[in-house]
Amino acid sequence: MKQTHSMQTPLARVRGLGSAKSGLSHWWHQRLTAIAMVPIMVASLILVAQIGMLDYQGAIDLMANPLAATLLLLLVLVGFFHAALGLQVVIEDYVSNEGARMGLIITVKMISFALAVLSIVSILKVAL
Amino acid sequence: MAQFTLPQNSKPVKGAHHPAPEGATNVKTFQIYRWSPDDDSNPRLDTFEVDMDSCGPMVLDALIKIKNEVDSSVTFRRSCREGICGSCSMNIDGRNTLACLKSIEDVKGDVAIYPLPHMPVVKDLVPDLSHAYAQLTSIQPWLKSETPAPEGKERKQSPEERAELDGLWECVLCFSCTTSCPSYWWNGDRYLGPAVLLQAYRWIADTRDEHTGERLDALEDPFRLYRCHTIMNCAQTCPKGLNPGKAIGEIKKLMVERQG
Repeated sequence: MKQTHSMQTPLARVRGLGSAKSGLSHWWHQRLTAIAMVPIMVASLILVAQIGMLDYQGAIDLMANPLAATLLLLLVLVGFFHAALGLQVVIEDYVSNEGARMGLIITVKMISFALAVLSIVSILKVAL
Repeated sequence: MAQFTLPQNSKPVKGAHHPAPEGATNVKTFQIYRWSPDDDSNPRLDTFEVDMDSCGPMVLDALIKIKNEVDSSVTFRRSCREGICGSCSMNIDGRNTLACLKSIEDVKGDVAIYPLPHMPVVKDLVPDLSHAYAQLTSIQPWLKSETPAPEGKERKQSPEERAELDGLWECVLCFSCTTSCPSYWWNGDRYLGPAVLLQAYRWIADTRDEHTGERLDALEDPFRLYRCHTIMNCAQTCPKGLNPGKAIGEIKKLMVERQG
């Protein structure tokens, strides 16, 4: 536990800035995306295995199938969302310096978002 | 960063050795963590050999025997010696428990005794629990109701409503669970920890209480409640066999439920 040498009472320190009145949606979305990732991941692995067995033109044709492209987009969207939520928890758990904590969380969110957009553009470029 | 190793001046060193009395045949060895704010030195592990033929069956019996007969400066909290007061919680054989409920026989080899983990130490086996107690105060662990109690009578509950409190009211607030929780170790300044959250749920689940919504409001926080990652050390270590992890899960379920 962090040691403080303030003259504050223990109760004042515990009450701190009060409840953030949030946290549920983060936790709930993490659970929902985790459940969603199970079928998405299984289907994606099957799809990727199939793509691997085809030649170049065959692979592009398969990815152009709306179902396949939707699956890959779901994988990217749900996957990056879930990863960003999870990394945020890891950072909150282990980085106790407030500034570093916030900086890392913002960085993770921005990188996740950028990578997700890049992945989407790439998939659409092949699929459309 | 979270601190994963003890600071240099907190690392225990080898301490005094107190051999068993002459002629003792049934000897058990106790390694006890010793630290005093008055000595400007590292904590040490003192070794006490105890004649089990003249000692009670529980770890607390051995501690009291050691304090009475060998070293009166050994410091620990104890009161009821029957698992009701929650005073003698400490880390015995690598697990947080109540010394009065922990049978010496159940420990293979030497009995290692440390204070509850990751709390400031006042002396020897006495941790400073002021922060944890303040956290308990913060959840207002008492019945809150605008409706006055029926004249001269108690507030009523059906047997089913009362049954909701089983597995919650038995908690003796020894904080074995809270101090066994890695999430509490890293973020105990803001995370309320399993013991306090179980108490919070004890009042949320109480049908006589009229402040359920406010209680949930106060808990809805990424740190106060959602630092629980269902590691479940709490349920594993609880000397009373309770499951704080389940109580926390119930709070999370209610948070979802009230979203509609």
